[in-house]
Amino acid sequence: MQNVITGPVYVVRDNIDTDQIIPAQYLNLVPTIPEEYEKLGSFALCGLPESLYPIRYVREGQLDSEYPIVVAGRNFGCGSSREHAPIALGSAGCEVVLAESFARIFFRNCVATGELYPCESTARLCELLKTGDIVSVDLDAATVRVAATGDVHSFKPLGDVRPVVDAGGIFNYARQSGMIPARQ
Amino acid sequence: MTLTEKILARAAGKASVRAGDNVWVNADILMTHDVCGPGTIGVFHREFGRDAKVWDRDRVVIIPDHYIFTADSKSNRNVDILRDFVREQGITYFYDVIDDPNGSWRFDPGRGPLKRQYGSQYAGVCHTALPQKGHTRPGEVLFGTDSHTCMAGAFNEFATGIGNTDAGFVMGTGKLLLKVPETMRFRLEGRLQPGVMAKDIILHIIGEIGFDGATYRAMQFDGDGVAGLSMDDRMTVANMAIEAGGKNGIFPFDARTAEYVEARTKLNGTRQTYEPVEPDRDQKFIYELVVELDKLEPTVACHPDPGQRKKAKELSSIRLDRAYVGSCTGGKTSDFVEFARVLRGKRVVIDTFGVPATPEIVHDLQNTRWGGRTIWDILVDAGVRMTENAGCAACLGGPVDTFGRINQPGLKCISATNRNFPGRMGDKESQVFLASPATVAASALTGRITDPRELLPA
Ligand code: SF4
Repeated sequence: MQNVITGPVYVVRDNIDTDQIIPAQYLNLVPTIPEEYEKLGSFALCGLPESLYPIRYVREGQLDSEYPIVVAGRNFGCGSSREHAPIALGSAGCEVVLAESFARIFFRNCVATGELYPCESTARLCELLKTGDIVSVDLDAATVRVAATGDVHSFKPLGDVRPVVDAGGIFNYARQSGMIPARQ
Repeated sequence: MTLTEKILARAAGKASVRAGDNVWVNADILMTHDVCGPGTIGVFHREFGRDAKVWDRDRVVIIPDHYIFTADSKSNRNVDILRDFVREQGITYFYDVIDDPNGSWRFDPGRGPLKRQYGSQYAGVCHTALPQKGHTRPGEVLFGTDSHTCMAGAFNEFATGIGNTDAGFVMGTGKLLLKVPETMRFRLEGRLQPGVMAKDIILHIIGEIGFDGATYRAMQFDGDGVAGLSMDDRMTVANMAIEAGGKNGIFPFDARTAEYVEARTKLNGTRQTYEPVEPDRDQKFIYELVVELDKLEPTVACHPDPGQRKKAKELSSIRLDRAYVGSCTGGKTSDFVEFARVLRGKRVVIDTFGVPATPEIVHDLQNTRWGGRTIWDILVDAGVRMTENAGCAACLGGPVDTFGRINQPGLKCISATNRNFPGRMGDKESQVFLASPATVAASALTGRITDPRELLPA
């Protein structure tokens, strides 16, 4: 677990649904099978229409993305309950999604799996940033600092969600905090 | 308390709960399918151990339905993973594609997409199969690894979609930590006019509150208009609560609910006892909307999201390439009946696909006659490609060989399904317009978006 995550952002707009995060044709991959987990990452965000998003999140032929931070508008992760969505992003190397708002099940799945930190930004960052801009996300301070301009934006503190993602998901958290017995 | 609060309070063993409370609730049923089941089973084994047993083998219901009629080998394998788990755990309710409990499932593309390729236990699309097979009961808590699990709210229960990790937790413990949602109330008044269907009610409501207007909230549909809605209608409405971001959709209990649930639990030998929830006098809503059913008109949600509401009659300039009737929302018997009413004796002018949600619906359509012809034959005569292979099919695209999948960019499809984000039915540069089966039928006859009232027999 890190406090500060620095790197280039990948910017998408409103209403990015789970079909765009991981198209339905790849749901034949089972996330708990390690090779298939890897493979899911290679398809992360590949459902975004090329006409709107000519730069791809994961380059052709790669398993991982060069963007550890995704910036989005409203209602990120709407649509289906498929946990493949946060898993595909996490498997591709995404650590944080900074969106104006999240769909409920996606948010919950991010936390349950511990794949990434879902942060709700107060500013409309998807208008202010473009793909490739370097930012630093400080989870303790709940701020994003834009490297080129020095501008600092805030997001809603993660609160109770933070320790669960830090632990690597709900099961690890429940074991660490004694809610369920430790593994024999 | 609202209907949702009452159910959650009961399931949490508390006298009362309030919106915003975090409570541990006991699950009555956990449903999973072939797309999320294998991952859920993976989480269950990883976290509880190889030898762990599910919390209650009568309460885990497994329904393969999504990627069944495809030659994709991983998809076929996923059905086999479910079967192995059912055998290992002694799960009571598994609606397998094949009859041999030790067999393996392989779709045979050589036999074509239209002729039935399933055995006697197969049940079709999970949300439609759950009530048909007697697994929806008033007052209960249903979790499913699918966002449209909210459809069962039609039966006066709390039903919501969850991810694999949460489902793995429920599988092992029978419990889940939930935040009690705030409730939005939609008071339905009056009666739908001819040519207007339940689908139009929910498309109207989503247009009103927006695609995220119910995020984290319960949507309660009540008012005197509910009495005039069939269980199929209520299912259509509750199904799409998630398309406004809702956690669940819920209807009050009445004689129709009781009649349906009693018939189905009896027929299938499932648990027949239940305790409905009645509305309190002091319900607190965060939002209220009155929907006058008489005033609704055929409604369409345009590409690219379910909140892009327009009236069908305003869209007559939009030319279409195909039409689709199917899915949990729009592939029920009553949906095909309305579809056939508009198409009867006419011919579609664009590629038109019909996928019944369940084998029982196939049976209904093949055995209900209007003037000597079955509804199935009437649809086939009108030029609809009807498949007996009930399931999710192209509602969510699926593997490339899926029946009805949009495999070319630029195509425009009008569909009785529930979701139309880019790429939902296949190619990510295609467009989907959501409408009622009646509007889909009228549009299939003209090749452009058409208000069915223009074509309804007087
Ligand atoms: S028919 Fe469509 S919406 Fe319904 S469960 Fe299947 S994929 Fe989901």
